[in-house]
Amino acid sequence: MATAAESSARVRAHRRRAQTGYFALLLPLLIYLGAFYAYPVAAMMFRSIHEPRWTADNFVQIFETGVYLHVLWLTVRISLIVTVVSLVLGYPVAYVLARVDRAKSNLLMILVLVPFWTSILVRTYAWMVLLGQQGIINQLLLSLGVIDEPVRLLNTTFAVYVAMVHVLLPFMILPLYGVMRGIDENLLRAAQGLGARPINVFRQVVLPLSLPGISAGCLLVFILALGFFITPALVGGPQDLMIAVLIQQQVDLFNWPLASALAVVLLAAALLIFAVFVRTLGVEQAFGRART
Amino acid sequence: MTRKHPAQSALKRPRAVGIWLGTIVALVLFYLIFPILVIVPLSFSSAKYLSFPPPGFSLQWYQNFFGRSDWLDAARLSIWIGLIVMILATGLGTPAALGLVRGRFPGKKLINAFIISPLIAPVIIVAIGVYFFYALMGLVGSPVALILVHTCLAVPFVVINVSATLQGFDERLEYAAMSLGATPWRTFWQVTLPIIRPGVMAGALFAFISSFDELIVALFVSGTTAVTLPRKMWQSIRFEIDPTIAAVSTILIVFTGALFLAAELFRRRSERLRTSTVAIAAE
Repeated sequence: MATAAESSARVRAHRRRAQTGYFALLLPLLIYLGAFYAYPVAAMMFRSIHEPRWTADNFVQIFETGVYLHVLWLTVRISLIVTVVSLVLGYPVAYVLARVDRAKSNLLMILVLVPFWTSILVRTYAWMVLLGQQGIINQLLLSLGVIDEPVRLLNTTFAVYVAMVHVLLPFMILPLYGVMRGIDENLLRAAQGLGARPINVFRQVVLPLSLPGISAGCLLVFILALGFFITPALVGGPQDLMIAVLIQQQVDLFNWPLASALAVVLLAAALLIFAVFVRTLGVEQAFGRART
Repeated sequence: MTRKHPAQSALKRPRAVGIWLGTIVALVLFYLIFPILVIVPLSFSSAKYLSFPPPGFSLQWYQNFFGRSDWLDAARLSIWIGLIVMILATGLGTPAALGLVRGRFPGKKLINAFIISPLIAPVIIVAIGVYFFYALMGLVGSPVALILVHTCLAVPFVVINVSATLQGFDERLEYAAMSLGATPWRTFWQVTLPIIRPGVMAGALFAFISSFDELIVALFVSGTTAVTLPRKMWQSIRFEIDPTIAAVSTILIVFTGALFLAAELFRRRSERLRTSTVAIAAE
């Protein structure tokens, strides 16, 4: 039979061995991701500056061609507007979900989670059905007599905003809700007890305490919006060319080096924002909250 | 976590939701749910084109889906790819999460960020990177290519969910097992895994869904021979405009909805287990 000393020595030995062992547990995944994710992406990036010889032409072309610059600007503008609209629409929802009691908030949460887990393709298709020439919204407006003939809603910038905000709104609401749920209600009671008006309780207590949720939600939505492909490709018009759609077009035209260079620009933008994201919040908090 | 004292909750609560706020929130929630609800009645429409409200009830679009081999083959392929991705991602991600949470080594944060990065990097970048890679190797149009990439995109879900379960794990349970003579391997299977199982299951389900729903990589890598369900839907949305796609969408809403619900229940259970082990540890 093992004595107490022997068994605690065993545990200590295990702890020591474990420190090296734990890194070994990561190796299969790191090798896998290295081979099938990092290498292809790195090779693609390399292609943007070396095809078939060293060159910066692709980047020069992007930043000197009006069309490409316009696409970059459009992508940033659409992403920013989508982020702001998502925040404005999502904040009150998260606030109410966090303030009502558990049973009610679980029920209302279903209305946020069902769209969240429905595939982007299905949700975008739904907007095509709603916004189409013979779509439900046009028929409704016609029957109400608001319009005399169907208005063009699909394949407009308006459609891109409506559908993108719809797809991304849950990514704003969920982190906001996570942070607001954690706000101690006693603080609100204290502020009220000390005579603060509701608007001041909100401005001076709720808003500052929910800032981590605001930044997490905004950065998440903005990064996801930058790389959006499915929604602008299906509900947008030719004037709503976002960078991901442009990349796909260039690949189809076998213009691989330029497609690669565009991808590098997109990745640089996303990484920059991601770095800010991790630095200010930490990976676990940002994602752990975002996914619940 | 602050625990609320019962007397405090009984205090008079200020009215949480005013009428204006309530109206705004109701409108936003309506905006979120309405487009999804609209698809369901359309899928049962008797009309040959999309019209609302549907003139009559019919199952023809479901018959169309279940009767056409191109739709069924696509669905079957997506399920197969999803299952293999789920197994690969869980097998690679679970040990990695264990290593990330328990290990102390330099560069851990960077490694963590690298493993999570497929989730945040725009998919189009990964898609064209692997497309060029597979095009050169002649793997475009092979399900193997899709499985290999989807696994990279699915792994973060496993790592995040398993890590979350491990965070509150009382390691003394493992020491107890080992001091009673269990090998590390046996300790893992008989002590660690049963406790973290809900997190592993949740991660596995998210991994399956992420592959099952994935379109952008499939657009590039599917070719004409490995057409997955999202890829088939994409073609259908662009080129035919009959309500079959509404039927497929309805099936998908129900199917992925059920999977997500299961994953969510596993996740909640792992959270409960976590708080209860922490509570035991605290005593």
